[in-house]
Amino acid sequence: MSKKIGFPRSLFYFLYFPFWNTFFTELGFEVVTSLPTTKYSLDLGVKEAVNDACMPIKLYHGHTAEIKDKVDVLFLPRMVSVRKLDKETFCPKFLGLPDMIRNSIDNLPPIIDEKVELSKGYFAQWKLSQRVAEKLGKTGWEVWRAYKKSRKVQREYIEDMAAGMEQQAAMDKAVYGKNKIEITMLQKPIKLAILGYPYLIYDSFINVGLLEKLENMGVEPLTVEMVPPKRLEAQGKNLEKQLFWHFSNRTMRATYYYIKEKKVDGIVHATAFGCGPDAMVDKLMELEAKNNGRIPFLTLSLDEHTGEAGVMTRIEAFVDMLKIRRRANESIISNNG
Amino acid sequence: MKVSFPIMGNSYIAFKQMIEEMGHEPIVPPMPSARTMTLGTANSPEFACIPFKILMGTYLEVIEKGAEIIISSGGHGPCRAGYYGVLHQKILNELGYDTKVIIFDSIKMGYRSFLGKLNYLLKTGNSSWWTMMKIYRGVWDKLIALDEIELLSHKIRPLETKKGITSKTYNDCLNIMDTAKTRKQVAEAREECFRLLDTIPRDPTRKPLKIGIVGEIYVQIEPYANLDIQTTLGEMGVYTKRGIHLTEWWTETTGQTHNEKAAIAAAKPYLDQLIGGHGILSVGETILHSKNGYDGVIQLAPFSCIPEIVAKGILSQVSRDHSIPVLTIFLDEQTGKAGLQTRLEAFTDLLHQRRQKRLEGALA
Repeated sequence: MSKKIGFPRSLFYFLYFPFWNTFFTELGFEVVTSLPTTKYSLDLGVKEAVNDACMPIKLYHGHTAEIKDKVDVLFLPRMVSVRKLDKETFCPKFLGLPDMIRNSIDNLPPIIDEKVELSKGYFAQWKLSQRVAEKLGKTGWEVWRAYKKSRKVQREYIEDMAAGMEQQAAMDKAVYGKNKIEITMLQKPIKLAILGYPYLIYDSFINVGLLEKLENMGVEPLTVEMVPPKRLEAQGKNLEKQLFWHFSNRTMRATYYYIKEKKVDGIVHATAFGCGPDAMVDKLMELEAKNNGRIPFLTLSLDEHTGEAGVMTRIEAFVDMLKIRRRANESIISNNG
Repeated sequence: MKVSFPIMGNSYIAFKQMIEEMGHEPIVPPMPSARTMTLGTANSPEFACIPFKILMGTYLEVIEKGAEIIISSGGHGPCRAGYYGVLHQKILNELGYDTKVIIFDSIKMGYRSFLGKLNYLLKTGNSSWWTMMKIYRGVWDKLIALDEIELLSHKIRPLETKKGITSKTYNDCLNIMDTAKTRKQVAEAREECFRLLDTIPRDPTRKPLKIGIVGEIYVQIEPYANLDIQTTLGEMGVYTKRGIHLTEWWTETTGQTHNEKAAIAAAKPYLDQLIGGHGILSVGETILHSKNGYDGVIQLAPFSCIPEIVAKGILSQVSRDHSIPVLTIFLDEQTGKAGLQTRLEAFTDLLHQRRQKRLEGALA
């Protein structure tokens, strides 16, 4: 029987799972992920993790605890850097995550916590893949083949999202090979940038179904991942000093993109309660939105007690405001014209 | 120009001199107070850590006093402190002030910008690089002396027979140090302060509890942020050794000493990755304290401090493995002195009992 490798469905899952899933599957292992977030996984996380941690970290503990007895090996990569030859890193909680897990949860299976440090040299990702494969007893040609294929799947996943495919659809395509027919994009009257870290934006339990709700309200939600990667990169010049954290930089750059290049009607920043980097990012976003044409800005703080009604009320009020604003603007134009 | 800087422990005495000798008018910030905190909290992001808020408040207070330039240190992350300067500047601009915040990042992050900023300060103050060398040596002596005096005061305080006398003498010492300007005077003032502290009547028969203080650098050093925890403990008859002093930090970051290596090596089985701030040192120093016979460890951290939360998650296991009690105190604008006092009393009671039991065990 093939070995089962556990991959918690949280944090970097939403961006990097296609790569690792393909990689392990190609090498002949079975990949086990936890179920999409439920009240159970959240409660489990709150119980296991250190109480001062933020909600996403607790949730990761929960997802890990959920699958730990069902797998032979847990894959908990230590995310240090993902950009070539760049100093940018991740939130300190990500850096210390495998150690936090090890010291908080009992009876864990063996853990693979290889450092993902792609800033070191040009072939860091290949070397990393080799190290991980070696820990699982695989070497040689088949690793290279698996690596090549994984890169391809990962690249397609990112491209699909940038082309406007929903994250879940893109993930299904990358994981199951389902090639869903592209849903024709209906032009919705209101364009809203929903910015934040992928583990908040794409976890519909945590954000109480934010994206679907917005679509039902006639709003087109735009996320960080929908920005073409190169355009996203190019926005880096707007910051005099780069932020230290990868996801924060992405969010900040997307903010500039939606402010300056693709004009949106408003920006919503979804943030986890008590998120350290976001204390800085949120203020920066607020100032930038204000100083670049007074774009409406809403901070949506999410935590383990977030109620659906509360989020809905705030979003509805915000969208109503945007609609009124737009109508007011339109009437000005028609009067003049 | 009127130049100011944030308050961090007793270092303001040395920085004041530095700015003066560069040819600027130093604006010494008022000691952080409830007003600083209120100003800072009102104008900072809600979840910024307490050092950010105190600094924000201090900046607003020195601007009232007319500061045109504010000097502070930066960093390379991933701790948030490295980004303070940028955000402080933006918030100040937003409030309509044109005060300039000059951030000195580590010289390794770019010689050009570091030297450029220094050059700007020297030029506007009509000083040369030669005077800078002289200033550096004088100020460095003073910082070292200030740290030594503080260290000595923490040693003496638990033994004092009259409560509060050490703190009083220590304040006198700071005034003496403030008057010393040249290197020679600083050396003399230092001797005088040592002598003064030495005259404090002590009870040498006491065997004070030994507590190591670990955690984030700003709340360790600035007494206002940690509610003067070292004095409080000292007056309860506890000897405290804190993990970091400003001069140590400077020699470490500039690569002149490598004292942190031992702590990082000790932390390795638990945390094999630098996580920014002083997170890894909190873990490593706790282990070293346990080996060096300390009775307990107190971890100080600002509320929502990222590296220290990681450290806390790991410290519970360290505490079990190395059988050393650890008390974590998260500080924010709501922390009250009475609440802290109660927790410290309970903690020291526990340590006393523990020590008593050990002694009995050893006798049996």
